[in-house]
Amino acid sequence: MSASVLPYTVKPHPVTGVYSGKLGTWLFLASEVMLFGAFFSTYVLLRVGAPTEGAAVWPTHEQTHLSWKIGGFNTLVLIISSVTMVLAWAQLKMNNFSKARLYLIVTFVLAGLFLVVKLTMEYYPKFEAGIRPSTNIFFAAYFVLTGLHALHIVGGMVVIGYFIGPGASLWKKDPEYFTNRIECTGLYWHFVDLVWIFLFPVLYLL
Amino acid sequence: MSHDEHHELSFIRKYVFSIDHKVIGIQYGITALCFLFFGFCLMMLMRWQLAYPGQELPVLGKLLGEEFFPGGVMTPDFYNSLGVMHGTIMIFLGVVPLLVGAFGNYVMPLQIGAPDMSFPKLNMASYWIYLCGGCVMLASFFVPGGAANSGWTAYPPLSVTATTGQTWWIIGMVFLITSSLLGSVNFIVTIVQLRAKGLTMFRLPFFVWSQLVTAFLLLLAFPPLEAAGVLQLADRVLGTSFFLPEGLVISGQQLVQGAVPSGGGNPILWQHLFWFLAHPEVYVLILPAMGIVGEIIANNTRKPLWGYRPIVYSSIFLGFMSFIVWAHHMFITGMGTSLSMFFATTTMIISIPSVVILTALVISLYKGSIRFNVPMLFALSFLPMFAIGGLTGLPLGLPASDIHLHDTYYVIGHFHYVVAPGTIFAIFAGVYYWFPKVTGRRMSEGLGKIHFWLSLIGMNGAFMPMFFVGIAGMLRRGYDPAAYAANENLLGMVKMSSWSVWMLGVAQLPFILNFFMSIVAGKKVSANPWEATTLEWSAPSPPPHGNFEAVPVVYRGPYEYSTDDRKDDFFPQHLQAEA
Repeated sequence: MSASVLPYTVKPHPVTGVYSGKLGTWLFLASEVMLFGAFFSTYVLLRVGAPTEGAAVWPTHEQTHLSWKIGGFNTLVLIISSVTMVLAWAQLKMNNFSKARLYLIVTFVLAGLFLVVKLTMEYYPKFEAGIRPSTNIFFAAYFVLTGLHALHIVGGMVVIGYFIGPGASLWKKDPEYFTNRIECTGLYWHFVDLVWIFLFPVLYLL
Repeated sequence: MSHDEHHELSFIRKYVFSIDHKVIGIQYGITALCFLFFGFCLMMLMRWQLAYPGQELPVLGKLLGEEFFPGGVMTPDFYNSLGVMHGTIMIFLGVVPLLVGAFGNYVMPLQIGAPDMSFPKLNMASYWIYLCGGCVMLASFFVPGGAANSGWTAYPPLSVTATTGQTWWIIGMVFLITSSLLGSVNFIVTIVQLRAKGLTMFRLPFFVWSQLVTAFLLLLAFPPLEAAGVLQLADRVLGTSFFLPEGLVISGQQLVQGAVPSGGGNPILWQHLFWFLAHPEVYVLILPAMGIVGEIIANNTRKPLWGYRPIVYSSIFLGFMSFIVWAHHMFITGMGTSLSMFFATTTMIISIPSVVILTALVISLYKGSIRFNVPMLFALSFLPMFAIGGLTGLPLGLPASDIHLHDTYYVIGHFHYVVAPGTIFAIFAGVYYWFPKVTGRRMSEGLGKIHFWLSLIGMNGAFMPMFFVGIAGMLRRGYDPAAYAANENLLGMVKMSSWSVWMLGVAQLPFILNFFMSIVAGKKVSANPWEATTLEWSAPSPPPHGNFEAVPVVYRGPYEYSTDDRKDDFFPQHLQAEA
């Protein structure tokens, strides 16, 4: 056999208990933890090391103009989207494709809602008020951290959108493979939520 | 994957956008060798300025144009650009892609008996992203102000206020980091999931172990640099001040970033994030090299590797420790004695596993019937060269002696002994050793020996004087050593370094000649010309798509040489014992 068919792309490996895609996703998330870990440590270090007087003093809550209500709403939106993501996977496990697709669409829409709220109610009014990343070190961190998180949301939407649209044909060919891919997408999606669940208190509340 | 395996692939899918790990490995290899040579050429230019400061560069000086060489003499800015690009290209575009992208990609799946990498398309993506990163780096020479010129470590505030080339450098780095991340995920999954039946973790060849540890280092150490790169990009493009302190004054003027004077950033933060990557990176550069040398030493001493398990445990420990030594690059930043103490201690501890591995490799030679072929010559010379590089690192790991040696040529000598006659010799050893597997032909021994001896002399002639001029106090980033009276007596040794570098350049000609001639005219050899035991030699040379004629099953450890009860002096992993 000169097979180019790779084992364990769909079925789990008997010893490790996972299929390759899932292991790969977890490893990728480990590197993402290091990425956001570096950003969070930067934030902590800059905040702890900020001067107590002068132009570069760390802004108070009043000066940051961040509304915990909008942030809290978006947190809720993402948590619900995580739940619908799991439901989509559970429906696939129960061999119910159309319901799964519906849940995927709900997830996609919630992700879009998060971005719309972020852009129209948070970024835009700040730009209107003349606030830029260069305004002070807090807004530098705020825009870079939430901006990169938003990029991760966009990335997730691209993947989820792909599985709602052209990627859905895989279900007919190999339902188990498709279910696995949704599971991996879900892992990534939960991670993106989790980053936000850390970002929200760090930026809005503390 | 449910694609049809029998249909004929078009030329482009087979050789350009291939998803076969062997083709990708060769693509990585050729590209990285070209980058390696290009990076080396940059250094040959710099050595002229160091040996003959302010003198017109013969022939080339006029050709390289008035912008960088007014009157045939290179400008200080261009000298700085060359320094940055030499470092960046050699490490991120040359050596790591050769060790991991080329050897890792080509050899590792064969050694574990896998038909391909776990994620073939991802593998292809890593190569093309790497190539994009390389092109961005090369293109940066042509932007206004030239390529990045703030040192390969890109320390702020200098790097934040530098010319456009620095922005290109960051973008290029983001490409290279992404490529490495995709590659490392692929490597770990492949080694964990796709090992042949019977190939337990402690039957893996040491090279595979070294790739596994390396992949973890790349996976976990690179993202913080990516984060740092994004922050520096924001500083440069968005006018933020993550790395700029409050009230920074440059050339007598208060710096204003963006629209409003910002501030409150921390330049040392960049150094922490940078070295959090760049110290594990050192072990990314050395572990796979040790892996290659281990394979070749076991094969050419016709003996099992002495202390296989301690070597493996040491490399895992080395990988772990490499995450907590980074600030030994920062002793003179004034971060405080207690932090310096901590990092000096971890640095002394990390030398132990390196010494264990090196000692085990040396003991492996004892009572072996050594075959002095070209790969073995390179592998053997790796041992003392790496030892010099490693031992000269100890004074740099102790704050008291580092204060004197920091930022001198001593540092350059130290890490070049590790990477140049260390790692690059291991790469040459690997090229000569696996060439018959890739092409079915052997490289010429005669030309190989010329290449080896000239390179060995050139490398030592280039780097040994650096220790002396460094201890005498010559600074590493100086454009004109003759500008300082204190360097007066050192200029002879600087010239010796330069001439050795140029000789080293000439010494690569037999290699280049040998490499290309052997592809078409090398001596044809069997699938296992070195009489080796590991799985890659059980596949045909070159291996077909899917690699093995029969699915390999493994019955024993990787280095069963000179076992008593056999006619041959080697016992391949895939052969069943006779009843």
